[in-house]
Amino acid sequence: MQILQTDIIVVGGGGAGLRAAIAAAEAAPQLSITLLSKVYPMRSHTVAAEGGAAAVTLSSDSAAAHFHDTVSGGDWLADQPVVEFFVKQAYRELVQLEHWGCPWSRQQDGNVAVRRFGGMKTERTWFAADKTGFHILHTLFQTSLKYPAIKRLDEYFMLDLLRAGEQVVGVLALALNSGELVQIQAKSVILATGGAGRVFHYNTNGGIVTGDGMALAYRHGVALRDMEFVQYHPTGLPGSGILITEACRGEGAVLLNKHGKRYLQDYGLGPETALGQPQNKQMELGPRDKLSQAFWHEQQAGRCGDYNGHAVVYLDLRHLSRAHLQQRLPFICELAKAYVNIDPALAAIPIRPAVHYTMGGIATDINCQTTLPGLYAVGECASVGLHGANRLGSNSLSELLVFGRVAGEQAAQYASQCPAADSRALSVQSEMSQRWLNRRFGTNTTDSVAQLRHDMTLTMEQGCGIYRTGESLLHCQQQLQALQQRYQQLKVTDRSKVFNSELLQYLELGFGLDVALAICSAAMARTESRGAHQRLDSGMTVRNDGEFLCHSQLYYKANSLPHLSWQAVQISSLPPAQRSYGVNNATAEDSADSTPGTQP
Amino acid sequence: MTEYQLLIQRYDPEHDNEPRLQRFTVPGDHTTSMLDALLYVQQKLDVTLGLRWSCRMAICGSCGVMVNGIPKLGCKTFLRDYHSEIVIEPLAHFAVEKDLIVDMTQFLAHLSAIKPYLINDYSGTAMHKQTPAQLAKYQQFSNCINCGLCYSACPQFGLNPEFLGPAAITLAQRYNLDSRDNGKAARMPQLNGKNGAWGCTFVGFCSDVCPKQLDPAAAVNQAKVESAKDFIISMFKP
Repeated sequence: MQILQTDIIVVGGGGAGLRAAIAAAEAAPQLSITLLSKVYPMRSHTVAAEGGAAAVTLSSDSAAAHFHDTVSGGDWLADQPVVEFFVKQAYRELVQLEHWGCPWSRQQDGNVAVRRFGGMKTERTWFAADKTGFHILHTLFQTSLKYPAIKRLDEYFMLDLLRAGEQVVGVLALALNSGELVQIQAKSVILATGGAGRVFHYNTNGGIVTGDGMALAYRHGVALRDMEFVQYHPTGLPGSGILITEACRGEGAVLLNKHGKRYLQDYGLGPETALGQPQNKQMELGPRDKLSQAFWHEQQAGRCGDYNGHAVVYLDLRHLSRAHLQQRLPFICELAKAYVNIDPALAAIPIRPAVHYTMGGIATDINCQTTLPGLYAVGECASVGLHGANRLGSNSLSELLVFGRVAGEQAAQYASQCPAADSRALSVQSEMSQRWLNRRFGTNTTDSVAQLRHDMTLTMEQGCGIYRTGESLLHCQQQLQALQQRYQQLKVTDRSKVFNSELLQYLELGFGLDVALAICSAAMARTESRGAHQRLDSGMTVRNDGEFLCHSQLYYKANSLPHLSWQAVQISSLPPAQRSYGVNNATAEDSADSTPGTQP
Repeated sequence: MTEYQLLIQRYDPEHDNEPRLQRFTVPGDHTTSMLDALLYVQQKLDVTLGLRWSCRMAICGSCGVMVNGIPKLGCKTFLRDYHSEIVIEPLAHFAVEKDLIVDMTQFLAHLSAIKPYLINDYSGTAMHKQTPAQLAKYQQFSNCINCGLCYSACPQFGLNPEFLGPAAITLAQRYNLDSRDNGKAARMPQLNGKNGAWGCTFVGFCSDVCPKQLDPAAAVNQAKVESAKDFIISMFKP
């Protein structure tokens, strides 16, 4: 087995991983950095983020305001010191991206433009047309080529973490083009492996978003935190789930039910705003959880339209000029034309909610450090405590940058001074993994990776959707346990070494099943409704701060249900209050802003 | 649902001496993309089929293949537009690793070679100003998704893999045209060389196949003009 040695391994070549690698290279140029990814970095799912990245920019805006929006948007489950740090760092990071060449959209005077976004009380979302994630990813990837210390292992799949006692000392990886295992020894490891949206059937995520890093950290004893909070993006294309950005609504798009009514006014988000005059935190600029929940109620009431058998509502941009659409939303025009044959200047786009983002993830502290020495996590795979129970759109691209930098710097500092690890046990661990891998091959009578995955994604969709009940969750949990039993029996039938897709998907499915069970188990334990986690059971339909103002933490148990514990939320300055949008928002904000000492 | 006949090029380096075509019948309706069809084959008919894909929304650049001899993104090409057998092969001019998976090493090396990052001596903390007009000069060329279709369309790259090729030259132009960049001098040696812009014989097929309508042929032509200017200026330098 090939053995490689490096100082820092970054697993995942998306926005967070690339930002971390660059930060490490800048912080400690003498260290060698290995950027390992199962795809070429520019394929990473950051590429599909559309709308923008948030930072306090206008002179009328303030860190306190961004803090307030984020904490209340997260239904008070965000760790407030983390949010305070984030809102103060975001601007610097977006400027850093500007210095690296990101083609931010501009105003006439040459300053960057900012747009409205859901749940944000003022315009603070930087954007590069409607391909912001694409441009951030490519800017970071291209910039990373400047640093000779960063060596890439493209199309390598992380099979396991290497451990020396409690210390994480590297990664065992599968080279996809040869099928060979490679032992990569390192002083610190940063997981930046993205979310787990693919455990659900209808999602906006690329096929690679399978929860790999979450599952591995979890199996090694790190808690998965707040996994019950899964964000349904309110506007995905029916069937495919392809993302139609929230920036549409920022630019003034409205949502209509099948009767042509702007139904959001019936869900505490009104009053209806005039066409072409969007108001922050009102109607279509409410937060994602509320909008997806409103869709669910419209569907229950029979007020949705139908598109190829999918219940839909309609995103109407017709009142915006074609020139404006082409300038601000060119990708949306392209996607609507290609995938639903709609010209948004002439017809409304059929849309429905689709799973988009995992608010929870690998528990870390504010320094992106996990409970295992040498192991860091950042980006969607991590739960640093920023998003609480519901992420605001455009906070996650900024998160990648702010905390990517933190993770890179922290991992570099640790790598420069950590105790030398005993690597003698690593070959034993690696050989065991090789033998484990060899035993995966065989024949199946009826089952297949594709069938099992299909069953998992439908199970999650049915059990852990926008609204949940104790009954649906229990059923889901039992189903997932049965699926795990089936997985134990499942074999990989393709024995080829070179680009064995079935093997890769088998491994991803194993990770996905663990993450799915974590999501379901956390959702069962949280017998209240908060943010993206909504229970229909009697007595559980509202937020219950008395019992549940805390993070769920799940610990892995092999062949069993996870062990759950609760961790207090860090509240530094903004005590829990009612979340309010629409007309109620102004009054709530006034009273919150007038409370002395409540701002960061 | 209509039935479609796919002829997919197969090549397993562990068993095959040369590529072969294999026939598959797949169902499709007016929404079914070529990628959907290939995934149907992989999930239902033959788990050994090798292909790359991820976003299925024409932005990650993974799923380029030849469809009836034309380079296409699998996710943005639809069965509805084909009325007889569909032949799907790996991207032309790249070495095949397995089935529809090609070796992108050379492509990435070309991208890296042209120093695709801002080069300037700015060390301030404020952001640069850049007007919409200045942005518009390079914006189109910044939209490349690195799918490689233009290399499969380029006869010159087919003859000479050392040729930088449309995407890399477009990327060089993207930075050369950026008002924040001073790195043209560092990129010109690559563009001036025999494997640079002058390697292009202006067939223009690269622009036809670009799924993002970047017009790489225009970028290459601009690079030639820059290279000619660079040459003339160098003649008058002592």
